[in-house]
Amino acid sequence: MMSQSHRSTRVIAAAGLDEIISSLAREGYRVIGPRLRDDAIIYDEINSAADLPRGVLDEQSGGRYRTYREGEAYFGYVVGPSSWKRYLHPPRQVLWRADDGEGGVSIRAEPIAGERYAFLGVRSCELAAIATQDRVLMAGAYGDPHYAARRNGAFIVAVNCGRAAETCFCTSMGTGPRAHGGYDLALTEIVTGENAAFLVEAGSERGQSLIEGLSSREANDGDVEAAVQVAARAASQIKREIDREGLSELVKAKHDHPRWDDVAARCLNCANCTMVCPTCFCTTVEDVSELQSAATARVQRWESCFTTDFSYIHGGAVRSSPVSRYRQWLTHKLGTWHDQFGQSGCTGCGRCITWCPVGIDITEEAAALRGG
Amino acid sequence: MALESQLEDRVLDPMVPSIARVTARREETADVVTLEMEAEGWVGFEPGQFNMLSVFGVGEVPISMSGDPSDASKIIHTVRAVGAVSRALARLTPGAVLGLRGPYGTGWPVGLAEGRDVIVAAGGLGLAPVRPIIYQLMAERHRFGKVTLLYGTRGPGDILFREELAEWRSRLDVGVEVTVDHADHTWHGHVGVVTRLLRSADFDPEKVTAFVCGPEIMMRFMANELGDAGCPAQDIYLSMERNMKCAIGLCGHCQLGPAFVCKDGPVFDWPYLKPLMAVKEL
Repeated sequence: MMSQSHRSTRVIAAAGLDEIISSLAREGYRVIGPRLRDDAIIYDEINSAADLPRGVLDEQSGGRYRTYREGEAYFGYVVGPSSWKRYLHPPRQVLWRADDGEGGVSIRAEPIAGERYAFLGVRSCELAAIATQDRVLMAGAYGDPHYAARRNGAFIVAVNCGRAAETCFCTSMGTGPRAHGGYDLALTEIVTGENAAFLVEAGSERGQSLIEGLSSREANDGDVEAAVQVAARAASQIKREIDREGLSELVKAKHDHPRWDDVAARCLNCANCTMVCPTCFCTTVEDVSELQSAATARVQRWESCFTTDFSYIHGGAVRSSPVSRYRQWLTHKLGTWHDQFGQSGCTGCGRCITWCPVGIDITEEAAALRGG
Repeated sequence: MALESQLEDRVLDPMVPSIARVTARREETADVVTLEMEAEGWVGFEPGQFNMLSVFGVGEVPISMSGDPSDASKIIHTVRAVGAVSRALARLTPGAVLGLRGPYGTGWPVGLAEGRDVIVAAGGLGLAPVRPIIYQLMAERHRFGKVTLLYGTRGPGDILFREELAEWRSRLDVGVEVTVDHADHTWHGHVGVVTRLLRSADFDPEKVTAFVCGPEIMMRFMANELGDAGCPAQDIYLSMERNMKCAIGLCGHCQLGPAFVCKDGPVFDWPYLKPLMAVKEL
């Protein structure tokens, strides 16, 4: 938690980004940040601020994502198809290997990787998503030790949003657009003409000590006000919303609402929404024989509730119809997640809307369930 | 790798199994076998709990314990060969090693049945997860009222634990009724669904605890029939089956509405399950 002792607010020039990146790298972090690849903003390793997608903005709507160039902002884009779960809860994780050696069969747990990540450019809704996965994968009676190690080692540099996509709805989910805790550093990009400056706030001791090594000046009231305006601008651009009042009980109670058939007729069961969702945590395991040895490996990988395999038991899939699978996904996200983890499974990032090939909109479906 | 660090890794990651060794194998029916195994560090289980069993290179499945809960020296599982992993499990012979994680899940609350009548109702392979209850009831028979086992299978060839059923049936302090859906020329017993056995069973509906395990449709009908007989819903317990990849609430597969069957179940009471089971494909 942040205490008064590291509540420092400073202003850095754009060059300060390179200082942040290099100082994180010096401390042994692998720095992951936004990059433009194949016309989309994804999260991958960055070596300097030159790797950041400066001047790249995006346009999003149901089933549509386009990037274009405009202005000079480093963080002008909104969220893309990547999320930080790709690093904290990766698509593929070896769990253990079994060897059939001379002394019989032995099992070797996959060592906990010592790699420490620094995430640069974590949005407020993404901080909420990370906190959501923390509850699922770390807070229960059993946890995922690989996740916990990566999570506990991670350094988080949040960036407050200055723009919203048409698909964003963090304001109604109470997760943004301004970050309130859950980060080591938070940046707000203040663009004046061609010059970018960043208001930097520390959220932890290690964030504070990093700030102290930066070339910076003290923030004045004008800087702070400008940063507030940045988030206010993003908030004012948000068009979508979910009415959360009584929603978790409502979606569960409306299991036979005709709207489910309506959405199922459009849903392709492609699982895109679950892959891009930053909170979807489901996995399956598969055993892989390693040809170079007598070993087999148990590998965990992402799985989606949209597959029929997901619910397969002897006799067939429990959820064999597409309508039951869409209903499971949405009911879990907005309803039963509350029963399981005391909060919503949706953070309002809008990825499932953008990356749905037919543009199914969770906010629209939630509203439709409320009616009728 | 040193044993110490291996153990440390295991403590760290609940997904890593320990090694179990098959000590005995018994064929129950054409496609069901009972495996006895031992594993270092095994401390026993509660009736109704399950283990995750791994055949190396094939995969892992949840299988209920079917043995005697008072005997922690053996781990006993009864497996029907229906999928890739269960077929590989059913082929294991004494000496074979496999991976084991567990025990997991909620058990049958046998203690709550003390001083009351008990109905154990099973369908098909569902007799395996309730057999530990029967062992417990037999061992402490004086602590319970009238005990009745109702068991139904498709045909005479699907009946599990035949010798034990005969032994239990020969006791004068336990009612055992077996029925089949389809009889053959060897069959002299009841024919029909297992719920019909309830009508002639001797129990006090206001003072009975029922443990029901079998196909979902059988459990629903049995629970409803028990309700019709005057048995309060909260005294009826069912065991659910769902796809499971982790058994510890992390993989998401076993969700049944708000419940993770692996950790909130597999044993649930009927008031909790009734509305969930009423929703198709939940």
